[in-house]
Amino acid sequence: MTVDDKTIVGGTAPSIALPLVSGGSRRTHSTLFSLVLVSPLLLLIFFGFVYPVGEMLVSSLFSPGFTLDNYARIFTKPLYLKVLYRTLEIALLTTLGAFVLGYPVAFAMARAKSKLVPWIAACVLIPLWTSVLVRSYAWILLLQRKGIVNNFLIDIGLIDKPLKILYTEHAVLLAMVHVLLPFMILPVYGSLRSISVELPRAAKNLGAGPVTVFKSVYLPLSLPGIFAGSILVFILALGFFVTPALVGGPTTLMMATLISQQTTELLDWEFAAALSTLLLVVTLVIAFAFRHVLSFSKGFSDGN
Amino acid sequence: MKGAPVSIQRVVKTYGDVLAVNNISLDIVAGELLSLLGPSGSGKTTLLMMLAGFELPNTGSMLLGGNDITFMPPNKRNIGMVFQKYALFPHMTVAQNVGYPLRMRKVPRDVIRQRVANALDLVRLGSYGDRMPSQLSGGQQQRVAVARAMIFEPPVLLMDEPLGALDKKLREQLQIEIKSLQERLAVTVVYVTHDQEEALKMSDRIAVLNEGVLEQVGTPADLYRKPQSAFVADFIGKMNFISGEIHECQSGVSVVRLSEQHFLRLSADVSANPALQRGQKVQIAVRPESLGIASAGQGGQSSIPGVLEANIFVGTHHTLIVGLSVGTPEPIHIQIPDGAVGSDLSRGDSIDVVFNPKKTHIFHADDAVK
Repeated sequence: MTVDDKTIVGGTAPSIALPLVSGGSRRTHSTLFSLVLVSPLLLLIFFGFVYPVGEMLVSSLFSPGFTLDNYARIFTKPLYLKVLYRTLEIALLTTLGAFVLGYPVAFAMARAKSKLVPWIAACVLIPLWTSVLVRSYAWILLLQRKGIVNNFLIDIGLIDKPLKILYTEHAVLLAMVHVLLPFMILPVYGSLRSISVELPRAAKNLGAGPVTVFKSVYLPLSLPGIFAGSILVFILALGFFVTPALVGGPTTLMMATLISQQTTELLDWEFAAALSTLLLVVTLVIAFAFRHVLSFSKGFSDGN
Repeated sequence: MKGAPVSIQRVVKTYGDVLAVNNISLDIVAGELLSLLGPSGSGKTTLLMMLAGFELPNTGSMLLGGNDITFMPPNKRNIGMVFQKYALFPHMTVAQNVGYPLRMRKVPRDVIRQRVANALDLVRLGSYGDRMPSQLSGGQQQRVAVARAMIFEPPVLLMDEPLGALDKKLREQLQIEIKSLQERLAVTVVYVTHDQEEALKMSDRIAVLNEGVLEQVGTPADLYRKPQSAFVADFIGKMNFISGEIHECQSGVSVVRLSEQHFLRLSADVSANPALQRGQKVQIAVRPESLGIASAGQGGQSSIPGVLEANIFVGTHHTLIVGLSVGTPEPIHIQIPDGAVGSDLSRGDSIDVVFNPKKTHIFHADDAVK
């Protein structure tokens, strides 16, 4: 906390600093040199992503002659549409859950006294650094028939026999919100952190109560972070495999689990490819839609 | 808009072990521009933050127009504030920024539009209402901040180094604009600055703060002519300091011993320091324009011999930089009009520096400048 003001040394600093900055950073490499620098990445993207995805797309359309059967199958069999719908629904609910639980944490982290911040950050980051597998098994331990939650509820006499919590959509949702929470918290924290302390003070000074300060200053200025966090969580949730597979079991099938079943158990590679392509298209459409919304809010994010 | 008086009564504020504001009492007259002047860490910003309601004092109270506002939440105080870095809402247009306090006060929409237009005209930004703050220059942003802080006609306006981030030329222009706006609207302004020149130019009165203590309050001329401590003497304007010891002090005449052989006869204004007595270590303070020169050996009892180190011509006057034989190792500055005796002196010339006994201040050495 500052006891007093920081000394501002006139307005000369920017005018001196500007030419230095532009002079220093405006070094240009030849195009060839730039290409050499990015070539390892380009090769990796080509062989690790573009080629297999292209191969997959092609294989979904030919068996061996050109056919749309695989896609027709997705859209005619209610089972597959139901899985797609469930995946979108769980991804959306996960995003909402992560926002509802994550925003207050990000807010506390951005506004807490400096001594508290590392502790909150540790609580957010340590789960993130722990393997998703470990965290999903932890949820199994908690939620199974004779797990900690059921035992506790029986001990305090709230229920007589164990509830079925594990292998339900709710369990998947709970575990996924938990696993993906840091991806919501961190971008929101970043945008809240960049709001100068003077702005909420100015709002208060001009007559705004706490709720109005939040609605008119914090919320609109943290929108870029909310969008970034939401799209991260949503897209990660769409293709999430480990947690739904472990916590959801066979009854709560999601797209990633379905694709895995088709490839490893049923060996129907063409159909798996069609499912993957559909998931990819849905993901891309949503990503671009989000980007479009985001570019509207960008106008002010660099204003301060 | 009519200004209201502000009364700060025995306010104390600590941060951990740091005493940021040490028992300050200060009455601010309705409609005046009072500057809180001091270096970093002097407590001036803390005091302002308590007036705004962002910090609470440990003890003491603050009155606005006779009402106790010490613990009133900031949004209920109806005090305008201009922040150091403007604090314009970056996601709102200029007009939305300026209209914000009126929206908070549930003023009807068409009235807001009219008053925003008037306020923007007042700060000469009439055609900028639809711009975003990031599209404005620093000076324009600060004018918007001023318009936003006064549009709801607060009786008191707080300004926290509002011009600190601007370049010198713009700063001088805005100083005049703010001052004339303040006089036109007769609003009480509390203006925090560390720039003594700015404080001297704009203020009706200045309160000088140092390490949480209120050193002196007075008009700019008062502080310049009759500083009551070595700190104020040093902080406001240019001041030369010479150290010595009181040899004799009676009936308005003091003789200060500078060395075994050298004595300086002054009739200095000792009213600020009535406790001066023989043997007391003191600091003699004198402004560059209050010093005179004489040929070597001709200066009399109120002079110190020295050697000219430089003669700098600055247009309206010359600044002579003189190394003294006793009293201070630092060269002192003397200001003489161009064309006066001595303006043709050059480096290495020996002269006597003559003290005008009436325009010399004597302070205890222990409240010397740190």
